[in-house]
Amino acid sequence: VIIICFFSMIVAVAGAPFVGTTSISLAKVFSGAATPDNLDRQIFFIARLPRAVAAALVGGCLAAAGVVFQGLLRNALATPYTLGVSAGAALGAMVAITFGAAMPVAGVASASLAGAALAVGVVYALASARRSGFSTTVLLLAGVTLNAFFSALILFVQYLSNFSEVYRAMRWLMGDLDVAGYGPILAALPFIGVAFAAFAWLARPLNLLSMGVEAAESRGVDVTRAQRAAFFSASLATGAAVSIGGPIGFIGIIVPHLVRLLVGADHRVVLPASTFLGAAFLVLCDIGARTVIAPMELPVGIITALVGGPFFLWLLVRKR
Amino acid sequence: MRQGKAASLQGCKAARPVRPAILLLIATGLLVLTGPRSQARGLADSQAPVAPPHRIISLIPSVTEMLFAIGAGDAVIGVSSFDHYPHEVESRVKVGGLIDPDFERILSLRPDLVVVYGTQSGLIDRLARAHVPMYHYEHAGLADITQTLRQIGVHVGRADAANRLAADIERRLSDIRTKSSSRPKPKTMIVFGREPGSLRGMLASGGIGFLHDMLDTAGGTDVFADMRRQSLQVTSELALARAPEVKFAPGRPGPPRKLHGNATPGGCWPPCPPSAPGAST
Repeated sequence: VIIICFFSMIVAVAGAPFVGTTSISLAKVFSGAATPDNLDRQIFFIARLPRAVAAALVGGCLAAAGVVFQGLLRNALATPYTLGVSAGAALGAMVAITFGAAMPVAGVASASLAGAALAVGVVYALASARRSGFSTTVLLLAGVTLNAFFSALILFVQYLSNFSEVYRAMRWLMGDLDVAGYGPILAALPFIGVAFAAFAWLARPLNLLSMGVEAAESRGVDVTRAQRAAFFSASLATGAAVSIGGPIGFIGIIVPHLVRLLVGADHRVVLPASTFLGAAFLVLCDIGARTVIAPMELPVGIITALVGGPFFLWLLVRKR
Repeated sequence: MRQGKAASLQGCKAARPVRPAILLLIATGLLVLTGPRSQARGLADSQAPVAPPHRIISLIPSVTEMLFAIGAGDAVIGVSSFDHYPHEVESRVKVGGLIDPDFERILSLRPDLVVVYGTQSGLIDRLARAHVPMYHYEHAGLADITQTLRQIGVHVGRADAANRLAADIERRLSDIRTKSSSRPKPKTMIVFGREPGSLRGMLASGGIGFLHDMLDTAGGTDVFADMRRQSLQVTSELALARAPEVKFAPGRPGPPRKLHGNATPGGCWPPCPPSAPGAST
């Protein structure tokens, strides 16, 4: 299953740049000179390829983060956005869009990453403040409350914006993988690398944690350490993904559930398979976003929700 | 005035091209039913002033400018919170903006004419219920400006001044058209929002509206002339594929800048910010 998911991701990423609203000559793309006048090459390498890579990275991150959050919180309905990471990232992005001109380092991606880090820091401080150890219940409640609080701040920032800024902010919230270059991807890659290194280590502890905290402890898992690692790595992956493509919904909940339905609950399989399938799924959704109402484009978040919502409901009903 | 209503409805028609036939039918019906008073529904609903109004509130900065330009500035007692021109408006009462007009403050000023924009339907309803005389309109392009100017002139008793100014504007626009018609027409894109220094998150002018009309008059070929909407979200692929020779993008900070040349391999139009990849190319 992992291998099938991996190959579907490779096929999707390799095929996506060949699909688009304008017809381009492949001969010019690959053999033409890399000058600004070679439009076909520009469209392929500036508009399409980074976009496919971004979609794969974001899809993989969100799906994997979904798996980890569901395992950590032992809640099937947890998503990468449950703990306030996306709301923090969105607040950062809104501030950058609205006050970008007045800030020393203008950049929506870095601002959203900073916002995500802020949210993670606050939630973590709350979850570990009350007593020794790390309470997932407090984590959940703090995350949900922080989501609401940041949403209010987002509305306040939007109220201060002008029309063009409000539109850009709204569009960012709908998810947009048109990164137009490799800058945002390169900036997010180190974070994604660290997160996935942690995921690789987390597969076994998450398996044991799913049987309950006591059971995991009796088998030698340092529960607090595993929970902390899960929380920070999944938040890191989510923050990096959101900084690239905005808060794209549903990937983090549908893909893990679909994979579990196919292969069972072993995180050693579910984690990599979800990553690859999430990547392939988002690349396909993005192809849809680019082509459905061409030459205009649908926000990709709308596609994932339109495809994912009914699919998830079908899964729910079918499972019973 | 009959012409004015037709023009404003044509504006609507341009903005929503899906139902031109229905709009035409409604336009014809309205013209037959309401006749010359149709443009200022508020005036028709309440009592039309016999004497020219002398307590005018304008909620639209461009109309404020028109009122001052035709010599009715002394009668303007309230303006929108976004009015800054001419400088005399700084001494007038500010009554809110397009989406948050302060109804109580407007009423408390006891205006005998309120100029509002057609999309402010909530305010229009409330003013009508309070029997406050009003004038409302909608613009869809350059040609509507002089129409509105003439109608405003009639409503404030300065039709002659308004006609003179409108004719002058039309003559100058026509001069520009004549001059530009013999020159090459570069493919042009007007961007009015984007992530600074990149091709990301671009919001551009579409094939209808002021910006398109101005570009057309000035002798540019709008690369999005086929997009029948005032603005559109442009993907990097679309922006590259349309290959504009001239781009206008918002300066940050400052007025719009003209950008030349194609995108760099790093995905940015020169001049790129120092941090952008490929900035040196």
